[in-house]
Amino acid sequence: MNSYFLSDTNALLGRSLRHILRSPDTIITTAITPIVMLLMFVYVFGGAIDSGGVRYVNYLLPGILLITVASGVAYTALRLFTDVSGGIFERFQSMPIARSAVLWGHVLTSLIANLISLVLVVLVALAIGFRSGAGILAWLGVLGILVLFTLALTWLAVIPGLTAKSPDSAGAFAYPLLFLPFVSSAFVPTDGMPGPVSWFAEHQPVTSIVDTVRHLYAEQPVGSDLWIALAWCVGLLVVAWALAVRTYHRKLA
Amino acid sequence: MKSYGDLEVLRGVDFDVAPGSIFALLGSNGAGKTTVVKILSTLLRADGGTAVVNGFDVVTQATNVRESISLTGQFAAVDEILTGRENLVLIAKLRHLDEPGRIADDQLARFSLTDAGGRRVATYSGGMRRRLDIAMSLIGSPPVVFLDEPTTGLDPQARLEVWQSVRELARGGTTVLLATQYLDEAEQLAERIAILHEGRILVNGTLAELRALMPPAKVEYVEKQPSLEDVFLALVGRRAGAEAAPTDTAAAPVATDK
Repeated sequence: MNSYFLSDTNALLGRSLRHILRSPDTIITTAITPIVMLLMFVYVFGGAIDSGGVRYVNYLLPGILLITVASGVAYTALRLFTDVSGGIFERFQSMPIARSAVLWGHVLTSLIANLISLVLVVLVALAIGFRSGAGILAWLGVLGILVLFTLALTWLAVIPGLTAKSPDSAGAFAYPLLFLPFVSSAFVPTDGMPGPVSWFAEHQPVTSIVDTVRHLYAEQPVGSDLWIALAWCVGLLVVAWALAVRTYHRKLA
Repeated sequence: MKSYGDLEVLRGVDFDVAPGSIFALLGSNGAGKTTVVKILSTLLRADGGTAVVNGFDVVTQATNVRESISLTGQFAAVDEILTGRENLVLIAKLRHLDEPGRIADDQLARFSLTDAGGRRVATYSGGMRRRLDIAMSLIGSPPVVFLDEPTTGLDPQARLEVWQSVRELARGGTTVLLATQYLDEAEQLAERIAILHEGRILVNGTLAELRALMPPAKVEYVEKQPSLEDVFLALVGRRAGAEAAPTDTAAAPVATDK
């Protein structure tokens, strides 16, 4: 890391933010799928799901927020892939800049773009009846967890962005991420699932994150879920970051 | 030396480039030109041997090398979504120069792109893109410039413009390493030419020296026909230049302000 890290990251962040500003469809597309799912589940399936006395939209929103992030980070992989295949990546690498700034510019852009999508989804949820009495601290807690989750998935997205051979395969890594919430407590309580499925659902990251966010919104104590969720997010973040940086250095060698 | 797995790409590459001169690395596709350029511009690490650019070792003093060079790759490495001016400002910022806006405007003027500066690069023609690409490379006036097949895919007009700017560069004291597969390009521009074949430099010398390698010239009488290029440029050249000037795909030679 050299002394230009901040100014270089800033210049490259400005560049990718312009990309987003000029193709706002990426933010809208990111938000649209989760919004449609939100509407479908609330108005079509929701009536048949027993969410334990909680209004279903309140039950559902945390999972939908994670799906939003999972679909949003695919664009990071795509933008990075475009840079690598278009040659501008090499141009940056041959310049006297802080090399990690090239990745950080994309990662911070992903964070900002995903936060905007998340705000859109929450607004729609509010419009269809989501209510929370959560105080500012609980909202900040939700924000913090979502930021960690976004950073973790974004660093994961950096890997296919650097290594993919086609734009399709750059974005494809996100599909499994999109399915994880389905096998979790995001849509339906896990108790109704058959043994092994229920065990998987209980022990994968999405359930603890969803439960934590749900408790924060419902003004309930978060208990041990918070620590498990944080451990998953931070652990995933560290592993994804380390792998991404390693991939990056390999690419440069 | 450079190999990918068992595939040896470069085996015997040894050359010096005099400061302020144009040196052509001539070879067909797959000869290893791009690999040489990538090693010299710190994008690839050689498996053996040493390379020094502007007095700095490419491995141990990579940062100094990057401060000394600029790379214009095979494909115009420009940001399509940004405008031409924004591309230039970005590079000026990444080179940590003061007044990036003024530098960008100067480069736009120098490469006859002022009118197009506010448009997104996605709307540019191939020639304009390449001019912008070279304009970006020259920001901060690096003493050494690598050009990897700078005229591939360009029409004859745009090609002549690029040649013109390369000559201007060398006149201004920049050292240019030109990797090309076009014989006439090397012949037109370079003071010295090295022929790279299958990862090895076969010969290295001035055009006259290379010519001397062949049997002495014999006199033949050949009817002097205009080349297709002569015809093409006579028909299209001036007219396209006159018409296109307002829309800025001009044939006007770049860098005429020096």
